Amino acid sequence: MKILVAVKRVVDYAVKVRVRPDRTGVETANVKMSMNPFCEIAVEEALRLREAGGAAEVVAATIGPTQSADTLRTALAMGADRAVHVLHDPDPARPLLPLAVAKILRAVALQEKPGLVILGKQAIDDDCNQTGQMLAGLLQWPQGTFASKVLLDKEKQKATVEREVDGGIETICLDLPAVITTDLRLNQPRYATLPNIMKAKSKVIKKVTPEDLNVDIRSDMEVIEVNEPPKRKAGVILSSVDELLDKLKNEARVL
Amino acid sequence: MVVGALRRGSGHGGGGFRCSSRLLAQSLRRFASSLVVAEHEGGFVKPSSLSALAAAEAIAKESKISVLLGGSGPALHKAADHAASSHPLVSEVLVADSEALAHPLAEPWAELIHSVQQKGGYSHVIASSTSFGKNLLPRAAALLDVSPVTDVTAIKEPRVFVRPIYAGNALCTVKYTGEDPCMMSIRSTSFSPTTEAMSETKVAPITQVDLSFLSEGTIGKSTWVNLTSQDTERPDLANARVVVTGGRGLKSAANFKLLEQLAENLGAAVGASRAAVDAGYVPNDLQVGQTGKIVAPELYMAFGVSGAIQHLAGMRDSKVIVAVNKDADAPIFQVADYGLVADLFEVLDELLKKIPDKK
Repeated sequence: MKILVAVKRVVDYAVKVRVRPDRTGVETANVKMSMNPFCEIAVEEALRLREAGGAAEVVAATIGPTQSADTLRTALAMGADRAVHVLHDPDPARPLLPLAVAKILRAVALQEKPGLVILGKQAIDDDCNQTGQMLAGLLQWPQGTFASKVLLDKEKQKATVEREVDGGIETICLDLPAVITTDLRLNQPRYATLPNIMKAKSKVIKKVTPEDLNVDIRSDMEVIEVNEPPKRKAGVILSSVDELLDKLKNEARVL
Repeated sequence: MVVGALRRGSGHGGGGFRCSSRLLAQSLRRFASSLVVAEHEGGFVKPSSLSALAAAEAIAKESKISVLLGGSGPALHKAADHAASSHPLVSEVLVADSEALAHPLAEPWAELIHSVQQKGGYSHVIASSTSFGKNLLPRAAALLDVSPVTDVTAIKEPRVFVRPIYAGNALCTVKYTGEDPCMMSIRSTSFSPTTEAMSETKVAPITQVDLSFLSEGTIGKSTWVNLTSQDTERPDLANARVVVTGGRGLKSAANFKLLEQLAENLGAAVGASRAAVDAGYVPNDLQVGQTGKIVAPELYMAFGVSGAIQHLAGMRDSKVIVAVNKDADAPIFQVADYGLVADLFEVLDELLKKIPDKK
């Protein structure tokens, strides 16, 4: 069985983003970019399933500009076998929406015929939390979103997924092929070692375009403006618990 | 609002009537007609879904709202009665009674939304961005070939929305320019459920949904096994008026008990930072932040929480924020209304003495 993992290049999670003065988006020039943290977890899970004998091959895919190849190299350095890069340079006013990404990934999945597709539950830039669900819907495959544990049964062609839901953990069982999206708790991604980073340079990245895949990219969303969130007014540092209780009772009136 | 909707009548066709009755769809568009996909528990519509009704009202005051409820058993029908009298704009309650929908499995639920939308041709489909809504809505949107908007915090026009991006560090205003329906998940803390009392005479009719779309293909591919829930007596984290949160500074699961006691005394819910969850002090579903729950209580008290970007994303809209931390440079103090630079255990002890148990 083959596992397809979708990865996204985003502004590094530790960067404090700045809104561009013209309000068209956030500043991404000269900002550190990394693999989306949830995607790292997806890659790690695919590798662990392969190492446990659940899969024969792990293929990483991304959609993005030329620089997104770096993100694929990271996945290859972690241990993915090969990669597919769908080249697309988005217009900032009309960003590539999860629906378009899902359509492209469906086309990739129909070519690669994986038994499982693993994605992150959300990208930390657009915070959409949609692509995996949409891909599953388009493929008519079952979905296991916000996974915190995945067990594969190769014999029965089933995956048991523990999901992080409001109020607890839900367990569901999916027929393969299926789509799984990762929650933070699924695993602790490995670091790529220097020898593996060197090895990754010789692994194959296949380049395609959405046109090659016959996917029509339509954008139904127009970004009108991007603003800074309202600033909270400066708070005060108090000196005692009594003062705090007094403020909460008499000034803020919340107790 | 109606004029605005007319002027914006761009694109073509609508919903399930896409080609066959474009005229009908266009005449429908003048009036927003929203489908609210609601969750229920114990015979009542959940508060987060009542917030989705408030969002539907914010789209257009003269809109008609249909509420979709699914599941099986008496609790479903009791919840339907609740939904029928939950909001003055509710014009219809659709009840999908089937074992296949008893658990929130995305496959049959997405088919349900698809089928109901095909018949109803709604201009908007709204769910709350709970784990239920986030799981289903994008799948249903893909079946309908439309792009949904996640986590809407404000509605400026029927198709213009504000949503946070980059963990709430930027607010993005987007305009949906696609075909009907305009699908969205709303952040429930941004929309207060209506509190006006409904008169008995304004009870909306309850209709059973035709479930012939449910086939072996849609319900056979996934099965629900179980739900391990964290039983708690305290209020629901996402809707609590007061939230007390602990971070790594609490040092152990046993120390979290102190926080739980304070929560008890205040009638508050307990939250946690990712560090506290990862260290195993509390279960994951208490995590507040970009990847956990988004809360906006009247009072948020953070003990031993440094205030990482991802944590602030989940609580920055709280009305009053109190931070207790030894580290005067902790970023949490930049958003706190009241800060105490002190040992949290001493502060907790004193608070427990001075805020007695209300019971």
